[in-house]
Amino acid sequence: MGYLAKFRVWRGDNEGGGLQDYAVEVNEGEVVLDIVHRLQATQTPDLAVRWNCKAGKCGSCSAEVNGRPRLMCMTRMSTFTEDEVITVTPMRTFPVIRDLVTDVSYNYEKARMVPSFAPPADLEPGDYRMAQIDVERSQEFRKCIECFLCNNTCHAVRDHEENKTSFSGPRFLMRIAELDMHPLDTVDRRQVAVEEHGIGYCNITKCCTDVCPEHIAITDNAIIPLKERVADKKYDPLFSIASLFRRNKDDRTAPPAAKV
Amino acid sequence: MSEIERHTYDVVVIGAGGAGLRAAIEARSNGKRTAIVCKSLFGKAHTVMAEGGIAAAMGNVNPHDNWQVHFRDTMRGGKFLNSWRMAELHAKEAPQRVWELETYGALFDRTPEGKISQRNFGGHEYPRLAHVGDRTGLELIRTLQQKIVSLQQEDFRNTGDYESYIKVFAECTITRLLTDDSGAIAGAFGYFRETGDFVTFEAPAVVLATGGIGKSFKVTSNSWEYTGDGHALAMRAGGTTLNMEFIQFHPTGMVWPPSVKGILVTESVRGDGGVLTNSEGTRFMFNYIPDVFKDKYATTPEEADRWYADPDNNRRPPELLPRDEVARAINSEVKAGRGTPNGGVYLDVSKRLPADVIRKKLPSMWHQFKELADVDITAQAMEVGPTCHYVMGGVEVDPDSGSAKVPGLFAAGEVSGGMHGSNRLGGNSLSDLLVFGRRAGLGASEYVDAMGDRRPKVTESMLVDAEAEALVPFTTDGGENPYSIHAELQQTMNDLVGIIRTESEMVDALEKLAAFRERVTRVSVVGGRAFNPGWHLALDLKNIIMVSECVAKSALERQESRGGHTRDDFPTLDPNWRKVNVVCRIDGDSVAIKQQPIIAMRPDLLGLFDVEELKKYLTAPELPNAELPNAELPNADLGKGDL
Repeated sequence: MGYLAKFRVWRGDNEGGGLQDYAVEVNEGEVVLDIVHRLQATQTPDLAVRWNCKAGKCGSCSAEVNGRPRLMCMTRMSTFTEDEVITVTPMRTFPVIRDLVTDVSYNYEKARMVPSFAPPADLEPGDYRMAQIDVERSQEFRKCIECFLCNNTCHAVRDHEENKTSFSGPRFLMRIAELDMHPLDTVDRRQVAVEEHGIGYCNITKCCTDVCPEHIAITDNAIIPLKERVADKKYDPLFSIASLFRRNKDDRTAPPAAKV
Repeated sequence: MSEIERHTYDVVVIGAGGAGLRAAIEARSNGKRTAIVCKSLFGKAHTVMAEGGIAAAMGNVNPHDNWQVHFRDTMRGGKFLNSWRMAELHAKEAPQRVWELETYGALFDRTPEGKISQRNFGGHEYPRLAHVGDRTGLELIRTLQQKIVSLQQEDFRNTGDYESYIKVFAECTITRLLTDDSGAIAGAFGYFRETGDFVTFEAPAVVLATGGIGKSFKVTSNSWEYTGDGHALAMRAGGTTLNMEFIQFHPTGMVWPPSVKGILVTESVRGDGGVLTNSEGTRFMFNYIPDVFKDKYATTPEEADRWYADPDNNRRPPELLPRDEVARAINSEVKAGRGTPNGGVYLDVSKRLPADVIRKKLPSMWHQFKELADVDITAQAMEVGPTCHYVMGGVEVDPDSGSAKVPGLFAAGEVSGGMHGSNRLGGNSLSDLLVFGRRAGLGASEYVDAMGDRRPKVTESMLVDAEAEALVPFTTDGGENPYSIHAELQQTMNDLVGIIRTESEMVDALEKLAAFRERVTRVSVVGGRAFNPGWHLALDLKNIIMVSECVAKSALERQESRGGHTRDDFPTLDPNWRKVNVVCRIDGDSVAIKQQPIIAMRPDLLGLFDVEELKKYLTAPELPNAELPNAELPNADLGKGDL
């Protein structure tokens, strides 16, 4: 049942590194992460890899398998032929720390720039009432396991380090959309979506949706509706004139957020 | 000694799961500068694996529910060994903790009236679990994570620094708690996994929220982080653990393919109508209803089926018995030769619910089986078997404040003991994290306040010791590989201290554990200090061995079967054993145990049960006077913070 697979794993750190070849045993039903663990246990104990749940729920074991951004725990060995060389490399968009582990702090910095949920001030805990159909829109986005594969894939930052300052990537545009669609949220984030998170950089190639292990329709259900709402605000002439004279909910700007 | 990075905080929280984050929120809300230290990235803690829901008697689906019913269910589930005070606080405060999550932005599934929906679960009399499909743990961790971020944003607006009050030190492992001459907490010492550099936190209060010990067993639903760190840290600092013999084997883990053996299949599958059958097609759970639960569960499939639509006039299906009962039943069926080809039993929801409803109610189960096992649960049965899931035992704490037996040390969540007695009900874990996470955060804050300006001192010699200890595996040449020792230990615990235990096997296990303890001193690691998983495991192994010894010694001591502890040689529940906890403390290199009497339950709480029921659990002298009226429910003195 078992066979020896040909693995090629990127080894190194922020100073450099390269692909190393391994021949490693594979058994029925295993996934790429099992094989990486077998390498650790039998050939190279210091091989660095992140993982936690091993069930596609925590989003820790993100990497690129044969060039495709994937969770290693959800990539079954049966999807490869026995003589295929399987290449495992760290996510390319984030700086390497060691081997398959990358520095994903970019994502945590962007998360901190999204103005938080703000319920109506007079709504008491226990009195929240929302219809299922209304919470489902945001619930889809809250399935996100923060594996950051979408941000790793997005071409706006994947090969454009210079865009990282002004663009937060699909994960955090989706977070803005999620809060925007929360039935009880009171903050307008359209301006920060443009100015702080760079929604304009997205040209809806849907690569993020394509790699999402949770199958969230990031582009169609989050980013496009957010783009439409942003455009409504920015280009509606009546709205622009009216907003010169009054400040309503939609004009309230978010608390100041730091640039990184 | 190398230069060591130093930080000073009021409160250091170790662990960033539900309990740790809730504790940090509370400490920060009480004006304390708080560090959150966690082994993984922020937001990856094991809480994300919780699927079914958060138990809280809100009464949104069945208005008969209230804290008294929840309290009773919890005590029954734990076979009356629970700390009744913790069970009381938990049942009373859980609804507030859930509602509070909504103010942080959580989006639970809704009832038709727009309230939080609640689902059925094993051992809960009414639908009680607030849930988001079958990914409730993810919702909980993300909500708390985002609440922390919102507090950091608030601090930024006030101070210009996001991290002026709460800072997360991710991928950082604590190897030692530091105590002063009086034995009080002075701080914690550890290393950053990324660089291998050491770090010292000086703080008068530490909250342990490190989770469980699942990595002591081979078949487990737990991640690599679950190495009993908090249990071991507390004991090394002079604290105690109790109830360590009680391990919850969740009845339904995946059994195939081998590489995913142990991964959790949520109890919601049964709550939503899934039935268990053996290889002969028999719905076997009807044969395993124990005496203590005889009048509460349906005795025929017809009655069980009617219960889903009419719960007021029918009894619950026995698939929804507490987890220990179901796990033992599955174990017996497989041992009797009525298991599936891969050594489990069948769990089928496909005949009960339409495919689209299954995909909606159990999306991650559908996804997990489809992707990992090529099984479509909307059309096929799942193969399932028991998996090590949770440790009921843990650090001995004061119920109200979470304070451990070491001044300045607090514990909450799975790492603490007492709340769940001998067996935890599903859904009571997430609520436990919130209720006692908050209480531990508050307890730590009050402790710091009471100290005034005094701060226990960290001495240089402690740091020298701690650093030397952590570096030992690098100085040993040609020693054993930590991965092999770990694999052998997991096999030993699975085989000899597993679901069904017997004296000779546990004696054997203890001998083997003593040998592991010796072997681990000679482990050697290759490579450097930067993100070196071999080194990390070598250090974690000491904790794994210590907690495994606690489990084996306590299990050998307790000569009865109760909840998550089943003795082949003492197969029945013995009310005399209900009167004591087995408590562990450190003794040289090893673990010493003693029996410690349990405080008798307050009369008003005892009054919530029928005397006939109490007779199943208590000895005759413990029974209340049958003449006492039990309708009166004085709201006995509650600690600060009760709502």
